[in-house]
Amino acid sequence: MIGRLIARDVRRSLSGGAWLPVAFFLLVATIVPFAVGPDARLLARIGGGALWIAALTAALLPIERLVEPDRADGTLDQLTIMGVSEEAVAAAKIIGHWLTFGPLLLIAAVPGSFLVGLDGPALTRCLIALAIGTPALAALAVGVAALTAGLARAGALAGLLLMPLAVPLVIFGAAATGDGESAALKLEAAVALLTVAGAPFVGGAAIRASRS
Amino acid sequence: MTLLEGRGLALIRGGRLLFEGLDLSLHRGGALHLAGPNGCGKTSLIRLVAGLLKPAAGKLERSEAALADEGLALDLDLKLGKALAFWNGPKLADAMTAFGLDPLADVPVRLLSTGQAKRARLARVMASGSPLWLLDEPVNGLDGDGVRRLSAAIAAHQLAGGAVVAASHVALEGDWQRLELGR
Repeated sequence: MIGRLIARDVRRSLSGGAWLPVAFFLLVATIVPFAVGPDARLLARIGGGALWIAALTAALLPIERLVEPDRADGTLDQLTIMGVSEEAVAAAKIIGHWLTFGPLLLIAAVPGSFLVGLDGPALTRCLIALAIGTPALAALAVGVAALTAGLARAGALAGLLLMPLAVPLVIFGAAATGDGESAALKLEAAVALLTVAGAPFVGGAAIRASRS
Repeated sequence: MTLLEGRGLALIRGGRLLFEGLDLSLHRGGALHLAGPNGCGKTSLIRLVAGLLKPAAGKLERSEAALADEGLALDLDLKLGKALAFWNGPKLADAMTAFGLDPLADVPVRLLSTGQAKRARLARVMASGSPLWLLDEPVNGLDGDGVRRLSAAIAAHQLAGGAVVAASHVALEGDWQRLELGR
């Protein structure tokens, strides 16, 4: 059932708005040179951080369609009655969400890097840091989506919840993009691992709590 | 063999005690009709039996079950046949025939009428092959033909050793054990 759920989420996302976060990511990356000016050295220095802010805000966009539709139409209830645990549902949603978010974002990060003036080795570092960070962003998005499912103004609330939780990830992710010598990449991987491992339990408990 | 056994069940929703000291028992071939006025806790009891709500007191044991409630839980953009197939019911073909859904198999779910969507929910329960059916207001939205098909499906299910719990504020056809809530 888990495999079917992942396949269903991927199909729904691809026929829905999977390209939206990516377009948003590229738009933010485009805005940065306009905002800080065309100085190539300055751009190259802040480019990595700017891309991470773009990735974080892009991760916010799909939150409202991750869990709430399935809660509202009873899909989550049916899965529970079939004996699928809420934690497994949350894990499947994280995998399904990452599959339509992570790879697309990584592809978009290539033109995005040129827009903010990241070249050669910096581009490679950026892609590696994003590859490690996007599963954690997907896990955070699903966890927060489950926490806010069914609430009024869930979208705005989800933003307020997700941004602070993503701070450690952004710190180490942006640092790993900027400096390949430091241990930032390992710390980013540790934070990402913790987030991905914990999010299914948060999501599962939140789905259960939304019923009472 | 008992398919559903509840002892001393109590349920609190939104700070209000809906019922307490409730005993439930349902054997193979049994049918239980939950009746009572609006707001007496019929739907909540169904969700309690389904395992979606936790009782404030008491113990509940049940066999494998399937639920038809207000949630459609079908992909609106898919054709009905494919949307139902997502739930992987082993008796899907029989269930679609039993509820007269075969001509609708290629119609997108979003185009179904209220009654057709109701039939789809009931067909999913039948398709699951679960011994215990939990039906919340099963005849709401059904036409005469739909009600007859439902009664026939329930009778066949009972003959095959299954049991049904239905919450309904209207009388149901057939031989039902009746439980009045809110008294």
